[in-house]
Amino acid sequence: MKRIPNGGRIDRSKPVNFSFEGKSYQGFQGDTIASALLANDVKLIGRSWKYHRPRGVVGDGAEEPNALFQVEQGALTIPNVRGTQAPIYDAMVVNSTNAWPSVNFDVMSIFGAFSRFLPAGFYYKTFMWPAKFWMAYEHIIRQASGLGESPRESDPDHYEKTNAHCDVLVAGAGPSGLMAALSAGRAGARVIIADEQEELGGRLLSSSELIDSKPATKWLEETLEELASLKNVTLIPRGTVFGYHDANFLTIAERLTDHLALAQRSGPRERLWRVRAKQVVLATGAHERPIVFGNNDRPGVMLASAASTYTNRYGVLLGDSAVVFTNNDSAYQTALDLKASGMSAVTLVDARASNENLIEPLKAVGVEVINQCAVVNVIGKARVIAAEIQNLSDDGKSIFGAKQRIDCDIVATSGGWNPAIHLYSQSGGKALWNDDKACFENGISVQDQVSVGAANASFSLVDCLTEGAQAGRSAAIAAGFNTKNTRIPGVSCSAGTDLTPLWRTPTEDPPGRGAKAFVDQQNDVGVSDIYLAAREGFESIEHVKRYTALGFGTDQGKMGNISGMAILSEALGNSISDTGTTTFRPNYTPVTFGAIAGPEIGENLSDPVRKTAMHTWHQENGALFEDVGQWKRPWYFPKLNEDIHQAVDRECLAVRNSVGIMDASTLGKIEITGKDSGDFLNMIYTNAWKKLGINTARYGFMLGEDGMVMDDGVTIRLDENRYFMHTTTGGAASVMSWMELWLQTEWPELEVYLTSVTDHWATAAVAGPNSRKVVDSVIDGIDFDKDAFPFMASREGLLAGLPVRVNRISFSGELCYEVNIQANHGCFMWEQLIAAGAKYDITPYGTEAMHVLRAEKGYVIVGQDTDGSVTPIDLGMGWAISKTKDFLGKRSLERSDTARKDRKQFVGLLTDDPKVVLQEGSQIVNNASDQIPLPMLGHVTSSYYSACVGRSIALALVKNGHQRMGDTVYVTTPDKGFVSAKISTTVFLDPQGEKQNA
Amino acid sequence: MNKYSIFSLARNAMSHHEKWQRAWRSPSPKKRYDAIIVGGGGHGLATAYYMAKEHGMRNIAVLEKGWIGGGNTGRNTTIVRSNYLWDEAAQLYEKSMKLWEGLSQDLNYNVMFSQRGVYNLGHTLQDMRDIQRRVNANRLNGVDGEVVDAAELQKRIPHLNCSPDSRYPVLGASFQARGGTARHDAVAWGFARAADNLGVDIIQNCEVIGFRRENGEIQGVETSQGYIESPKVGVVTAGSSSVLANMAGLRLPLESHPLQAFVSEPIKPILDTVVMSNAVHGYISQSDKGDLVIGAGIDSYNGYGQRGSFTTIEHTMTAIMELFPIFSRVRMNRQWGGIVDTCPDACPIISKTDIKGLYFNCGWGTGGFKATPGSGWVFAHTVANDNPHELNAAFALDRFISGALIDEHGAAGVAH
Repeated sequence: MKRIPNGGRIDRSKPVNFSFEGKSYQGFQGDTIASALLANDVKLIGRSWKYHRPRGVVGDGAEEPNALFQVEQGALTIPNVRGTQAPIYDAMVVNSTNAWPSVNFDVMSIFGAFSRFLPAGFYYKTFMWPAKFWMAYEHIIRQASGLGESPRESDPDHYEKTNAHCDVLVAGAGPSGLMAALSAGRAGARVIIADEQEELGGRLLSSSELIDSKPATKWLEETLEELASLKNVTLIPRGTVFGYHDANFLTIAERLTDHLALAQRSGPRERLWRVRAKQVVLATGAHERPIVFGNNDRPGVMLASAASTYTNRYGVLLGDSAVVFTNNDSAYQTALDLKASGMSAVTLVDARASNENLIEPLKAVGVEVINQCAVVNVIGKARVIAAEIQNLSDDGKSIFGAKQRIDCDIVATSGGWNPAIHLYSQSGGKALWNDDKACFENGISVQDQVSVGAANASFSLVDCLTEGAQAGRSAAIAAGFNTKNTRIPGVSCSAGTDLTPLWRTPTEDPPGRGAKAFVDQQNDVGVSDIYLAAREGFESIEHVKRYTALGFGTDQGKMGNISGMAILSEALGNSISDTGTTTFRPNYTPVTFGAIAGPEIGENLSDPVRKTAMHTWHQENGALFEDVGQWKRPWYFPKLNEDIHQAVDRECLAVRNSVGIMDASTLGKIEITGKDSGDFLNMIYTNAWKKLGINTARYGFMLGEDGMVMDDGVTIRLDENRYFMHTTTGGAASVMSWMELWLQTEWPELEVYLTSVTDHWATAAVAGPNSRKVVDSVIDGIDFDKDAFPFMASREGLLAGLPVRVNRISFSGELCYEVNIQANHGCFMWEQLIAAGAKYDITPYGTEAMHVLRAEKGYVIVGQDTDGSVTPIDLGMGWAISKTKDFLGKRSLERSDTARKDRKQFVGLLTDDPKVVLQEGSQIVNNASDQIPLPMLGHVTSSYYSACVGRSIALALVKNGHQRMGDTVYVTTPDKGFVSAKISTTVFLDPQGEKQNA
Repeated sequence: MNKYSIFSLARNAMSHHEKWQRAWRSPSPKKRYDAIIVGGGGHGLATAYYMAKEHGMRNIAVLEKGWIGGGNTGRNTTIVRSNYLWDEAAQLYEKSMKLWEGLSQDLNYNVMFSQRGVYNLGHTLQDMRDIQRRVNANRLNGVDGEVVDAAELQKRIPHLNCSPDSRYPVLGASFQARGGTARHDAVAWGFARAADNLGVDIIQNCEVIGFRRENGEIQGVETSQGYIESPKVGVVTAGSSSVLANMAGLRLPLESHPLQAFVSEPIKPILDTVVMSNAVHGYISQSDKGDLVIGAGIDSYNGYGQRGSFTTIEHTMTAIMELFPIFSRVRMNRQWGGIVDTCPDACPIISKTDIKGLYFNCGWGTGGFKATPGSGWVFAHTVANDNPHELNAAFALDRFISGALIDEHGAAGVAH
């Protein structure tokens, strides 16, 4: 083990065993996968995407491009786990990604040898010949790309969501975030503070600075204690604020169990917070950026801040010797940290001229400092063996002199810091280039939001604490709280923040010759690729991103993007400010699909299942169900050994010859009241309503503004200003919205109230010649005499003392009574009707029989026989259109194409062979032919075998069909042939309607 | 123009890739062009390419307010298919499909057109009727397609949830084998490079801010780089079509909506086709890089902001979890939005206007990418000849006056 004897946040009394690539290792409680592997001196941890070059840990957080692992196996496996942020737990199984058979011997590393032939975008220039081979080329490319493996089993875990409102949301719990939460929390504001790390504290967790004369970690402990004691403050560790949407709506992914050993896990795996915040404080810190140089991807080259973190926070001894390469002050602390960890030799290479104040403390502990030099190359393949340095010119644009080799285990680099402006940018803000600090920073706020600390390009600890305290106070005041200033804790002496920009070590040869120098390690984007893109005219940074894949990876360019932009500017001779950034989009870091879907999966899919009051009876009586909109409707009720055809034939014959009963509860029902209800219905429906008698029903068409049928149904006038509308089952919600839209936006002067009552009523349609006897025997208070209660009338009565409304309407063409009862009594009513019908062998029937029965009568099903391009006139139902009043869609009916006489029209079809049942959806043509394209006349909308008619019947839309009665046409068959049929009327049974009027 | 091939790649490798030419020039605008295409997306660049190639117009320019391919061309989920219901649409998209099939060779640019097939799932009996109808119509229009039942589907897409116990069980699908995906950025770049090679000026960072016209005829465009004269201006600015129309004093029957999409982290190949479901509302494929590419329907509100609401993302995700529960532990890397212009009949407008010399190609809604080559091909014909090609004659603006709509909302309608 390579550990420092003591110190850090790991618990040395709690060893944790885990495996990597099948080998067992030990770390400590508090370790991440990355720190534990480094502590075991495992430097080579993965292979790169394109060239399969050996790669090691570079960072210590979300910016990590290389340390991606496959964690666990089978159903629990997770691809692309960022090892710098994932804690280890007992018996954890970790494997590398993108290497076969092993990370140490990777067959695909052969690509590295051909890397010269695989520059950015090479695939756009080749694989084009022979043309047919692309699919084969693609297959090979696909096998080679991708990182980890998706699980192949269903996820045993579950996920939950929570909604939260708060006064102040603080993203990030480093020094500035904690101070913000503290001052807002003390003021009494409802505060949520979330941080992506396992522990709250941010940089303080690896800091060797003093706050209020105490170690930073001590101050952190006390601050967290105080925050935890405030009831108005919610702390969310392991919670990544990953999205910033409009109206201060932010999303947080909280990881609940991934840090626990498998056996200890219970409850949801992750929780998605949907937070609406009055004020947002972004304290998201900054990401250190590397300086790019030759072979800068060798395992052992890492960020200076990461080197400090592994040393101070995880107690890892990173090696025996190190080179620290910097262009700014912050890495001086890293040199001190590494030396203090026990390394024998630490050399600091500073691209800048010497500064005695900085050098003095280093010299005092034996760190050698070399100024005005740069690391030009790294020696070693699977791990760093040495760094080569050369002199750097004053302007930083060229190198000279002899190469000097410094043997080392680690090269730590710092090219400065990039504020984490991701959430700010997602909020709609525009990033601005700051020339003094050489970084992009947030511009003006576009929502109620402020950025503080390193996220605001204020890098010193004292600035972080001060800005955090002020922002927390301001946010609390803005949210309506009174508060005093929060005391800013004293800070020893903050490190300097001086920096001279250096994005890459200059090379003697142009980029593309010599050692590869990587900007985006995950996507193998080198300096030469950016230069190539610029050379080929890809000048926009967005083009360069897409051409080279810069920033496309799981780190979304947190490590390399800004450097890439700077290098592009250099290639183009532009300023970085002109080059600009790519767009920052959610997610800040990747978020589990399951967490975003939440519990609304499987049975709980966001679309609820709706069941009628009689559903259980249907189940018990063997019904099969059909999904209609959100409803489960009985499809048919097969008896033993019956197939669908036998069952449907039996159900249909029962209705025609005796009596059947159908659950009609799912039809949409809307009650319409108010003094202008009649006028309103006149506009909504094509026909006239104001003269309809009370307790009388009328069928109506509803058209869209384009004049096309959008819904139909029967509406009953219950009272002077009270109507009861039926809609189709699937159309209920859209009809309701449609009517509300007109009422609220176009006709606010109308006094009309709409109430959805679909679920309030259970409805049984009792249909057939014996239906009168059945309903008469169980319902009191209604005279069922044919003349006293005629077709299209409505009556109120009592069933076992319970009020019912009976509508004499029919969708089967039979004598039919639809009985409505308060839904809680639905099943009782159903059973009463079934019992009363027993002597007539009453037969429950489902939607399939309903379809056949109505087709025998030529009744339309909106959505099956119509498709949004059919008018009532096309349907042969022009009688339902009022000529005297206005209604929605009327004007469109007069448009030249809509008023054409030879449109597709609704007709019947009778196959020449009565046994042949046409396939629904078949196309209709004049002549059977192989000609392509073959002009189509229309299509079959409904088709059945009708036991009652004794042959097959079909309904269709046919061009000019109303004028073509008796013509022979040809209909496509599933085996790509045709079958002949004759155009007929749509009514196949009882054309005079004697049965329903009986 | 450097010809791209494995040989030129090898040759350039020897010179360290230092001799590659620009893929397209960066010219300053001339004072006058014979025609101007406004909008440097896939459709606009394709239009310019075919105007140059098929109609011999070389003195033309494409004006782009930002960077080419930066609008919906660079934001879509890259699905290509042609199995549309109505004759007019099927023939237009099929023309496009045929162009796709030779596009990489025609442009000498690998647009990675991958004919991995597209499945449209059916979850209700009505879905299946509609699928039968569409496949039958496709057959007679010469568009390939087949109806696949649930058992066969389960064999072909092993990880698709075909369980009868799911909320909306998969009952079957239509399948178009020639459908698939293409590399969206490459389409823009390929057309740009090929158009540039024929002399087309592609001018980026050049925003059109007004039209000049006299006596009902277009004279030219005012731009952020000055006035440019041209007797013909074709506007192909998805998402901004209404804005441009407004500058010309026209009103188009368009609504602009956000449309979102997202991708997972890259994973090893697991899904080798395209799966779409209207009923549970989501579609998914896997890019060659390994990302799962996922999209769904529009956000219901109108707007020009290229971002949508999180609830739409959540809803799409539940649909994907319903179809592919195995992806639950995979992570979403990035989400984004673009703006689509939707037409009342879900079909595009490729049309002359009342202003002579001004043409619009817009209203592609959520499905414009697949039409890129075909759209450019017919629009090039329309602008070059001041007359539509027979393939786009039905997509003229006057259909909203006559009522001759081509309703491609799918034979969706409502359930009974």
